[in-house]
Amino acid sequence: MTGPATIFDRPNTYIGQPTPRQDTDRLLQGRGKYVDDVQLPRMVHAAFHRSPHAHAKIVSIDVSAAKAMPGVIAIYTGKDLAETVTPYVGVLTHLAGLRSAPQHPIAVDVARWQGEPVVMVVATSRALAEDAVEVIEVEYDPLPAACDAETALDASAPVIHKDFGSNLAWERLVDVGDVEAALKAEGVTVVEREFRFGRHTGVTLEPRSAVCDYDPSENQLTMYYSGQAPHMMQVILSKHLGVPEENVRVISNDVGGSFGIKIHTYGDEVAAAAVAKLLKRPVKFTADRHESFLTDIHARDHVVTGKMGVDANGKIVAIDFDDLTGIGPFSMYPRTSAIECNQVLNLTGAPYDLENYRARGRVVFQNKNMMCQYRAVGHPIAMAICDGLIEDAARAINIDPVEMRRRNLMRDDSYPRASASGMKLDDLSHQKALDRLVEIMDYEALRADQEEARKKGIHRGIGFVSMVEVTNPSPMFYGIGGAPIASQDGATARLDAGGALHISSSVTEQGQGTNAILAQIAAGVFGVPIERVKVTTGDTATVPYGGGTWASRGAGIGGEAMLQAAHALKEQVLDVAAVMLQAEADTLDIRNGAVVDAKNGTERMPLADLARTVYYRGNELPSDLNPELIATRHYRVTDFPFVFTNGAMAAHVEVDTDTGFTKVLGFWAVEDCGRVINPMLVDEQVRGGVVQGIGGALYEECIYSEDGQMLNTTMADYMVPMAAEMPDIVVSHIETPSKTSVLGAKGAGEAGTGGAPAALLNAVNDALAPLDTSIWQMPMTPERILKVLGKV
Amino acid sequence: MTQTQSIQLTVNGEPVNASVPVRMNLVDFLRQELGLTGSHVGCEHGVCGACTIEVDGAPIRGCLMLAVQANGATVTTVEGLADTDRADALKAAFRDRNALQCGFCTPGMLTSALSYVESGGPADRTAIREHISGNYCRCTGYQAIVDAICDVIGKEAKS
Ligand code: FES
Ligand code: FES
Repeated sequence: MTGPATIFDRPNTYIGQPTPRQDTDRLLQGRGKYVDDVQLPRMVHAAFHRSPHAHAKIVSIDVSAAKAMPGVIAIYTGKDLAETVTPYVGVLTHLAGLRSAPQHPIAVDVARWQGEPVVMVVATSRALAEDAVEVIEVEYDPLPAACDAETALDASAPVIHKDFGSNLAWERLVDVGDVEAALKAEGVTVVEREFRFGRHTGVTLEPRSAVCDYDPSENQLTMYYSGQAPHMMQVILSKHLGVPEENVRVISNDVGGSFGIKIHTYGDEVAAAAVAKLLKRPVKFTADRHESFLTDIHARDHVVTGKMGVDANGKIVAIDFDDLTGIGPFSMYPRTSAIECNQVLNLTGAPYDLENYRARGRVVFQNKNMMCQYRAVGHPIAMAICDGLIEDAARAINIDPVEMRRRNLMRDDSYPRASASGMKLDDLSHQKALDRLVEIMDYEALRADQEEARKKGIHRGIGFVSMVEVTNPSPMFYGIGGAPIASQDGATARLDAGGALHISSSVTEQGQGTNAILAQIAAGVFGVPIERVKVTTGDTATVPYGGGTWASRGAGIGGEAMLQAAHALKEQVLDVAAVMLQAEADTLDIRNGAVVDAKNGTERMPLADLARTVYYRGNELPSDLNPELIATRHYRVTDFPFVFTNGAMAAHVEVDTDTGFTKVLGFWAVEDCGRVINPMLVDEQVRGGVVQGIGGALYEECIYSEDGQMLNTTMADYMVPMAAEMPDIVVSHIETPSKTSVLGAKGAGEAGTGGAPAALLNAVNDALAPLDTSIWQMPMTPERILKVLGKV
Repeated sequence: MTQTQSIQLTVNGEPVNASVPVRMNLVDFLRQELGLTGSHVGCEHGVCGACTIEVDGAPIRGCLMLAVQANGATVTTVEGLADTDRADALKAAFRDRNALQCGFCTPGMLTSALSYVESGGPADRTAIREHISGNYCRCTGYQAIVDAICDVIGKEAKS
């Protein structure tokens, strides 16, 4: 890609600087504006009666006592809302064969998971709404439930959607080369394992929340949205509530964490919008923590049987696996619940030079909460399968795991190329990343320490992962399959009369520092101090059209659009300056808020003078000059379906073989996310990602009873990592800019979560190796470790 | 259930008289009745620490205390901290270290960190990690928060 070549060596560039975010003071003073902070005149509050059963027929609903409760304004059942909201179906045409049933915001006739909304109460306060929920009488007729994904395809399993004849939602097979022959070849050692990945969830500290308001005089629906994709939500509300798209405004102010959780269509939020329309007044719904655990999408829940064959030199000759995943009773709308399995099939083995690859994926319906895309979709599974088997094979043929990777990783000079599964890859640096990792962690010293510790009966382990991350998705991700999800993003840069820059963008902020990096890019490329840049994101009424922030696309796609817009504005401003100063535009530049001589930097005119002349005293300009002090540009990834990044990570753990506890002693992450815009922000994002990955590997699990009751719906029972358990995490970068854009940035938000579990799994198994046992189930809880040690 | 009681307390230096439902917890009272939305609610069962505020000088969980129990108390929220210079050094360190992402945990985290710093806690990473382990942060890796607290203690030691 060609473009303004001087962008990165401009005198006042902020790209690459650890510039503090400008919006932190607001949050540090308690002036954030999260959805639950919104108070509107005449606002009422929603609470839900939710199904206590995994699968049950709704026989009757008696709301008479509830209606008489203080403060109650209205009560709605699924049938009531079915008249206002058309049902939705979570399928995508490019996932051939994927099926799901029509879904209503509130269950109609049958409830299919514990936690599904069944009755909605609207009252003058949340507390009064909850009081009324308590006295609603619902008669259920419990139905046989298919809770366990592993038996959901059995002939004897209850079929959740009768018309489908089975609980199979989707199936895909990838078969490349000749796996059978490769595994049977002489001198090949085959390792085989069954991996189990528990369900876990995002646990955003701010629960899901929506405030919806409706103004009948203009048929205008407004949603204050705690989420990542305002334009997607606009289309969904418009389509299913019958309000013209242009009359739906979705506003996303501060979002208290999202991680992919708040990017889906939740019945309780759609119901809040529908009821705002019916009551013609604002309705607030904020999930409490119990509701969050029951209804925020879950992720993972995969059972994988995987095989790898390696020859005597440690060269991988084939990978063969079968992935089965349970997704709940519906495929989530509109992104679908088949993407995680699809990613597992696409990504397993992608860092390695590999010829024979076979992977089968099956996605099944079950009577549990729905599964969908949570941070690092599919990556932790794909990386654990391949790198878990690599280290298992390395142990089997007695090769060091780092050496084993060196013999198999794609060479840094071998791109562009494709993975065995057909993913197009470019600009990656696996070899360099591994070398850097080994250096920063002081691998040899850790091995020596391990030797010493073993003599004392202390079991320490070191584990690695070499990984790829899917970032900067093109339309091939969702748009191609018919989802109303933009893959392109837009950015606008406007020079204001005072000489400040106002920018807006369709990518959104959930704490990553999106707004900060947009300001850094715009300030540097255009040429003003960053203090003079104001940023607007997260409002469909004011920002350019685009996809929002997900799949690690904010910096790579939104950032590039911003760069292009700022550059275009600069050229426009210099055209005006050239006329005013009677100079050639290409002899001028903009630096530090002023038009200057490009050669020697001498100031010719402050930007404020130029802007004021244009805006206030146009009479001083030649009448054939049409100054435009605003520019908008859009950007999408072409040529590649995704822009891959790579990384190498290592975990150092100590396993207490008496208690089963695993302590993480150290963690190192080398990331190549292309051009780094703000190292301070990227580093802490990588760390936050690693910590979520450690959570999935060691602690976090949505535990269900056999009959589909989630048992740990409090924060005391569902464990997320806390500060005391986490190590300091060392982050290092290799920068191989992506050639798909001028900016060259790739995503970084999900790598830690995608890679850390595999590194932890390998580290624990390295620690257990002398004891002749190993573990292949996550989270690796103390109980499970004691089990493989034969102690419980 | 909807019985009310009147209370008098001081919130961020201002006297407050109110009649509150006896079942209302303190953080809901601050958020819903006084509009002090800087204190956040993450779990309502005393685990996440997002609602941490100062009552009579000590950090407490605003979701575990009823508003009526705060009768006669002196309450300081993150908005109150912003009006004085008590937390200025910590706030600057949080900004400079990027010790917050979404900011939802931040008011509670800041209150916990302030109690550690003001009680003379050492710049010991393990001790700091222990101290803030009642405050969940789902975005950062906690490291930047520990860095920020260490910075402040280090600077105070120097001056
Ligand atoms: S809201 Fe009080 S501790 Fe979580
Ligand atoms: S910054 Fe988001 S929870 Fe801490």
